[in-house]
Amino acid sequence: MDLSAINPVLFIAGFLVAATPLIFAAIGELVVERTGVLNLGVEGMMIAGAICGFAVAVETGSPLAGFAAAAIGGAVISLLFAFLTQVMLANQVASGLALTLFGLGLSALLGQSYVGIKPPRLGDVDFGPLADIPVIGPVLLSHDLMLYAALALVIAVWVVLRFTRLGLILRAVGENHDAAHALGYKVVRIRTAAIMFGGACAGLGGAYISLIRVPQWTEGMTAGVGWIALALVVFASWKPLRLLIGAYLFGGLVQLQLNLQAVGVAIPVEYLAMSPYVITIVVLVILSADRTAAPGSLGRNFHASS
Amino acid sequence: MIRLEKRPEPSRAFALAAPVLAVVATMIAGGMLFAALGIDPVASILTIFWEPLFGEFAFYYRPQLLIKGAPLVLIAIGLSLGFKAGIWNIGAEGQYIMGALFGAGVGLALYPAETWYVFPLMVIAGAAGGWFWAMIPALLKVRFGTNEILVSLMLVYVAEQFLASMSLGLLRNPEGMGFPGSRNLQQYPSAFNADLIAGSGMHWGVVAALVAVIFGYVLLSRHRLGFAIRVTGEAPRAARFSGVNPARLVLFCLGTSGLLAGLAGLFEVSGPAGQVTIDFNVGYGFTAIIVAFLGRLHPVGILLAGGLMALTYIGGDIASSNLGLPAAAIQVFQGMLLFFLLAFDLFTNFRLRVGRTEAV
Repeated sequence: MDLSAINPVLFIAGFLVAATPLIFAAIGELVVERTGVLNLGVEGMMIAGAICGFAVAVETGSPLAGFAAAAIGGAVISLLFAFLTQVMLANQVASGLALTLFGLGLSALLGQSYVGIKPPRLGDVDFGPLADIPVIGPVLLSHDLMLYAALALVIAVWVVLRFTRLGLILRAVGENHDAAHALGYKVVRIRTAAIMFGGACAGLGGAYISLIRVPQWTEGMTAGVGWIALALVVFASWKPLRLLIGAYLFGGLVQLQLNLQAVGVAIPVEYLAMSPYVITIVVLVILSADRTAAPGSLGRNFHASS
Repeated sequence: MIRLEKRPEPSRAFALAAPVLAVVATMIAGGMLFAALGIDPVASILTIFWEPLFGEFAFYYRPQLLIKGAPLVLIAIGLSLGFKAGIWNIGAEGQYIMGALFGAGVGLALYPAETWYVFPLMVIAGAAGGWFWAMIPALLKVRFGTNEILVSLMLVYVAEQFLASMSLGLLRNPEGMGFPGSRNLQQYPSAFNADLIAGSGMHWGVVAALVAVIFGYVLLSRHRLGFAIRVTGEAPRAARFSGVNPARLVLFCLGTSGLLAGLAGLFEVSGPAGQVTIDFNVGYGFTAIIVAFLGRLHPVGILLAGGLMALTYIGGDIASSNLGLPAAAIQVFQGMLLFFLLAFDLFTNFRLRVGRTEAV
């Protein structure tokens, strides 16, 4: 084994890419959970976004059109969950699982004719001469637009939740939906909008995997990233900036694992491939002590009559 | 103006009607999906639901129903206990894999001994494997309050990697010319989970599934523990006051569901599948979640739902070879079933009122 074969510049650049799908999916779910809804369908919405984005990018030749389609696809499929939980008052855990199972099936169906195709590439953002700065250039300033968009999205969510009236309403609905209803806020509408936002974000995360990270289409290619995103929200105690740190930690570990596979560490590939999931469990155990941060109405359905 | 009004009592009639309505709605929506794929909707629905039972080759498909249905019922019975109590084990797929690996591991270790105790030992090891894998989320939840949904699901991915490692390494057939996969247990009589009546599809897994149904029924309706499960699901605080120990309930529910999922894995790998290969698991652990809900978390309902779901698997296979229906379409079809069921469930607890709201 030769650890010096890992190039630190490529390593950091790589883990920023690895963390981006997680950031997209997790920041969407964070908003959803802050309004008191637990959507376990992240994996299903991601994979739906992955195939929508891939298909549209291949057909139009434009990766950005693909990302737009992925966001729309994710939001549309999340409406199923919104309808079940907000209108039909179904159990949120079961509905989320249903969404995941459905999304996996649907994406496999849609993706049949796209196996083995290469999608159009989304070029890196041109920072001009800045990109030539040693180390900082290749590490931070040589990425595609969506990676920066993910960062901007996290900051935007942080600002909205913390400093705006809209954020206050969202949090009020999540902390105590009965009180929010009594104040005249439309709990169901606000939650539906949040669920759609979460779906759009998950769709973007999925498309980032199929269009940039991998980039190709295979069935079930999100491989649990949606579930890790759910764990990440708990890790972040429902706070956007902590979520960013968590996502980079995970991204770093995933990238390290891939790099160790590449340099031929004496650990079998399968055990290295297990590591992100095992790490997620370990992190959940360490952090599960503090659950006071969870929104008060998380996972509870609202009906005006009760 | 249509609005929802809470029923004073949940409607028993609707609790029974919802699954039937869901199946009908799924047939309609599924038919539309198949039509959109350019396949005759009536023919495909008939192929899925009629052909395996009464078609020309039904003598071949009926045993298949038992083979596909048994693991689904076995796993779903275990899951339903936890779901009733609000304990969400969604990693049955992982427990299924671990049960198969533990059981097959014992069988392969004893190869080529031909004695009566090989298969019973494998059954015990299979159950222990599934139980052990489910105890990880159970103990973490009890000790640290960790979310069992996420942990049990993460362990599915870990188990899949472990399966890959085992079928390429430790359990690989030494006489297999380097191909991945273990020895074929169907060619090892002491370890083979053969049909009890040749050609009937009735292997030990089917027997175990029926026993599990009876066990589940007695437990839930006649035993104190079943009462504890039901009270915890409906009113956790009341359960605490009536002396239910939540930690023990978590250990019991997750442990039992893991054990049953492990058994299902062992019966599958030593019978219909025959060998440990990278992808011998086909998602029964996830489909069983649909089965548990479709069966209203009731043992008898689960038995029926398992049969129905097995029908969609086999009918889907027939439709895919006869009509060119993509395999993924059946997966969507099964997902739809759960959606419709959850949606129709609303009317168990609420009713629609048409007309203006009167001023109170």
